[in-house]
This record gives sequence, C-alpha cells and structure tokens, in this order.
Amino acid sequence: MTMQFNDETFRGDYTYHNSPEAIRRFPFPFDQDTYMYSVNIEQHPGGPKGTPFEKMFDVDEHYVAEMKDREITLAEDPLRCQSLPHMELAGWDLLELIMVSKAKDYPDLFTLHRDGNDWHWINKPLGIEKKFTFLDATTLPCGPMEYITRQTQGDFALLHERDNNLWMDAGMITSQADWSLDFDVGMNFFEWHAPVPKARKMGVFDKALKFLLAVSQGQHYRRLNWTMTVNPRLDTSPENYHKWGPEKRTITPENVGQKQFLRVELQTFFRLPRSNALAFPIRCYLMNLEDIASNPKWGRRLHRVLRDIDPDLAEYKGFAVNQKFIVDYLSQFDDGAPTSPGIFPDA
Amino acid sequence: MKKLCLKVAEVEQLSPLVKRFRFEEPTGAALPVFSGGAHLTVEMPEGDMIRRNSYSLISDPYDGSGYEIAVRREDKGRGGSLYMHTKVAEGDEITVSVPSNLFQLDLRAKKHVLIAGGIGITPFLSQLRQLDMEQKPYELHYAARSREEAAGIKLLPQAAHVHVHISEEGSRMDLGSILDGQPLGTHVYTCGPDGLITAVADQTARLGWPKTSVHSEAFTAPPPGEPFDVVVKSSGKTVHVKADQSLLEALEAAKVEIDYSCRGGACGRCHTKVTACDGRILHNDHWLSDDERAAQQDIMPCMSRFKGTRLELDL
Repeated sequence: MTMQFNDETFRGDYTYHNSPEAIRRFPFPFDQDTYMYSVNIEQHPGGPKGTPFEKMFDVDEHYVAEMKDREITLAEDPLRCQSLPHMELAGWDLLELIMVSKAKDYPDLFTLHRDGNDWHWINKPLGIEKKFTFLDATTLPCGPMEYITRQTQGDFALLHERDNNLWMDAGMITSQADWSLDFDVGMNFFEWHAPVPKARKMGVFDKALKFLLAVSQGQHYRRLNWTMTVNPRLDTSPENYHKWGPEKRTITPENVGQKQFLRVELQTFFRLPRSNALAFPIRCYLMNLEDIASNPKWGRRLHRVLRDIDPDLAEYKGFAVNQKFIVDYLSQFDDGAPTSPGIFPDA
Repeated sequence: MKKLCLKVAEVEQLSPLVKRFRFEEPTGAALPVFSGGAHLTVEMPEGDMIRRNSYSLISDPYDGSGYEIAVRREDKGRGGSLYMHTKVAEGDEITVSVPSNLFQLDLRAKKHVLIAGGIGITPFLSQLRQLDMEQKPYELHYAARSREEAAGIKLLPQAAHVHVHISEEGSRMDLGSILDGQPLGTHVYTCGPDGLITAVADQTARLGWPKTSVHSEAFTAPPPGEPFDVVVKSSGKTVHVKADQSLLEALEAAKVEIDYSCRGGACGRCHTKVTACDGRILHNDHWLSDDERAAQQDIMPCMSRFKGTRLELDL
C-alpha cells in the first residue's frame, strides 16, 4: 500500500494530527474574505490532482483511525446508525456506488470482483475480505448501508424522495456538527433544517431543495460547509454534548492555535439508481488554526472572515464564546495584503 | 442532463399503433440501472431542429444490458411518435438521456395497486419487475378499449394479480370495487388518460385515502398548435414557434439557454417567468397551480403555448 495511515485518536488524548501533505490538500472553504450562505454547488468529482475533490470518495491518512473512532461511537450508541425499512434498497445502491468507486480510484487499497450478484470485496487498510450476494442482506453481518459506511470516512444520510420533498429516512451519523440522526430521522428537508438561522427567510432552502430534487443519475455535485470545533473531535453530537461542550471553555490565548479547529464538511450529492433516493455523504476535515496559518493566504483570509462574520452565524456555529481569542490569534498572520481569488493556496 | 449514444437493437410491432424499441450500448458495456417508473428522453433530429420526447422504460430496471420503450403512434401529434415509427430502424444510432424518475414506487407501502389505461401501461412494466424483485404485494389493473389496442398484454406476466379489463368485451374496469377494501397502507398509482387519473383521485377521496398514498403520472408529449412568436427578454430576440414545435424546442433551436428534464410538464425544471403577456397562455402542464395559471406570470415552455400579440419570457 502506498498510503500511510496515521495512528491517532479523536477523543481522550486527541493525538489527531495533519501531515504537511494533509495540510496542503485541506479543503479550505472560503473563496473570498467574507462569508454568507450561498448555494455554492459544483460538479463532483473533479479538481486539481491531489485535492479531496478529485475522487468520488476521498481516502486520506486519517482513514483507519476514523473508522476505529466510528466503531467506538457505535458501540456506545447504536442509534447513530438507523435505516427505516423501506431504505434497504438505497443502502445497496450506496454500497455499490462506494465499492465500485473505491476499487476504481484506489486499486492498491480496495478490490471488487463481481460475477452477477456474487461479489467479493477486499479492503486492505482495514483487513477485510468478504464474499456476499448483492441485494441479499442475509449474506452481510449487518445492513448494506451500515456495512459499507463502517468502511468509509464521513457521515452518510440517505434521503427518500416523495411528495416533492426529501425525507431523512436512513443514515450513519457519527462525526456530526451538533445534530442528531435519532432526532431527525423521518423528518423532511425543511424540518431537519429548521434550526439554521436566517437561511429559510433568504429562500436558500427552497432553492436548494429544488436543485436536489433535480439531481439526476450520473451527475453528482458537491458543496463545502464549515464550523469550528475545540479539539479534533469527530463526535460532536448533541447526545454527547456534556463531553465536548465544556471543552469550549478550555481555550486560552496560549493554546488557541493548537486546540481550535476549523471543521470543514465536503458534502456531496448522488442520485441512486434502484431506489431513486439521494445519497448525501458529509465528509469531515479538521485542521487547527496553527496549521491553517502555515499557509499565508489562508491565515489572512480566515482572520478576516471570522472577524467580520454575522454574530448570529458565530453563535450558530458555536464559536462566539471564543471568537475574541480566535480573531486575536489570527490577526498576527494578517498583514493587510490582498488575497487571491479561490480556495487553493498560492503556489 | 447526461446523454448516452446507443444503438437501436430491436424494433417490434406490438399492436397496430404501438412499437417496442430496444436500445443497447454499442460497445456492449452495461448501462446504468434504474428504478421502476423511470423514463428516458429520446432525441429526434430532423433538419435543423431536435425534437425530444420522454418515454417510460418498460424493461427490467436492474438489467443494464439494454433499455426498452414502447411508443404509440399519434398521428395528430407534433411528429415525435411518427418519427419513432417511421424513421427509426434496427441498427440506427440514437441519443437518449440517462434514466430519471418522476413516478417512483413508494416502498413504504404495504401493498401497491397499479392502474393503467391504454398506453399508460408503460411505466408499470418496469415497476412490476421491481415489485417482483423486492417481493412486495401488488395488483395491476390494465384497461383498454379492445384487445387489439391493448399492446401491453404481450409484455405482461400471466398471474392472478394481473387483471386485464377490455371494455369492448364487456369487462370494464370498476374502480369502486378495485379500491374499496384495500388494506390500510396501500398505495395506488395511475397512468393513463386524464379522465382515469381524475376518477381514481375522486374514488380514493370518497374512500378516505390519504392524498399521499395516491400517485399518478400524466405527462404526455407536447401538443401541436397554432404558430406564435415569443420575445426573449435578455436579448430582445424574437423566436418563432412553429405549429409542430414546442416552445421549448423553438427556444433550443434559437440557442436560448434553458434547463429541462421531463419535457412533459411534470418535473418543473423549465419553469420560466413571464415578463410581458398580451394574450392568453395555453397551459398544458401539470406543474403550475390554478392560481399561477390564471396570473399568466409563469409558463412551462415544454408543454404550453400562447395565443395573442406579445409574450416575453425572463430568459
């Protein structure tokens, strides 16, 4: 295997770290020096070589550790993975999409042999080899969605389309930015987005839903979203708020560069063939302020974005309490020079 | 919309008015599988214009070896079905969209009741294969005037839960007896003439079915009509719409950028704002509400036409 996987943790001693290569390819979400909601959607996959946009499902140095963390979360709380009975077919669609894509994009890590519905899957990084019958759930140790998402980085929501709306009827959610599948399961698009401030009045959700309903087979899309997290913790769930909420109060001017992380979600959208459901993978990337500021363009820009952001958004994204520490820290990297357009680092 | 360039592998006359077409990938590669009730949009180039009609897929949705559709010849249409019947032969190349679905099964249903009138049988042919594979209980009712017109019979399995009603033979479909007494959690799907769809809607309403358990697909090819002119606001350009052309097709021929999917007034993709209207919009879609139609500030160019002196679109 060519890829090296980090031995690291996302809880307790928090040994998570980004290599220089991971820093270089980080999906920095701001393409200008200010931020407001937009329907910022692009076609997926596609992007400069080495970026997380290049492949259908990005696999990086955190893969093995993220899957271990998911296992711990699921063992403590099995309701992080739920699939209403009519969603099993969508689970098979997702399993096929991921296995076929990963085997094609990472042939040295994953192999898939298919003979009709007799499938043979080899996942080298996780040491898994499995023969099973496609569309026959009795041949897997768990449902198809759970099976494949225990082997794929990022959270996954499967959305059922009916009555001109989308319904969150299945998901694997263990690395979420403070929302709960157990609470949202069965809700429609407007219901599960109800806590987001300002956006409904701006008409963002009507446009976004219209767009999602029109996503067709074979045409995939992505967008970036972001928030802030103290410590490199994947499981920032409402269920465990008592564990991570108090950590927000541990930020000081001295440790903010290392302990305050920018949390970026690479969200993608796929129309699934057999179920006509939409798959909505939400892949989380974490990087602390120190590593971000190692790139001069990103340091300048993040300072300006977080300094000038709408107070409601700072509150919603959960960093208002530490905003002063963050902005003060980042100001040392902002010399007032102009920044180049786009999200990528200057060469 | 993603397109596929396929080869016409089979053409079969199913009945005097209906032909079946099978398309395959020329390289033999597998095509994307789909869900029951999905349709394709077929491109029909003629002279300097491209006509596009959508047709339900009738083949096995999980079989990527080919796509099949059935087309009824409409002699009074604007020429799409006639093109399929007279110009398309085995061995030809044909461009189609990837499958997309506006009439999917609701797999939450405890039972599915499928009601087809005439050529409206087509979406159910793929749905019932999916229901078989998913092992879901269903019954299908297929009504046609005569056995000769019932092109779908050849494509239906012989089974106790597949019922054919031929009115000429005195076995008219009785919606009351079909729908009354169905178990709670049953969903009904109707495809066929507007009258049939309305009759099922009325009957289910009388029986107290939830609206969300009643599904229908009525999209049809755009009707021909009198020619008219339309003004594109951004460029000020006037586009002429011929009698056998839809407004959408005329805009496309004039290189006006406009989005679309179903081309049958059902999906909402081509929804366009009207910036000036001196006359009457002939709404033929199933997308706009009655209020929107009356206001004449919105139009679905895939289906609707215009009669009057000036129509300007926000394009």
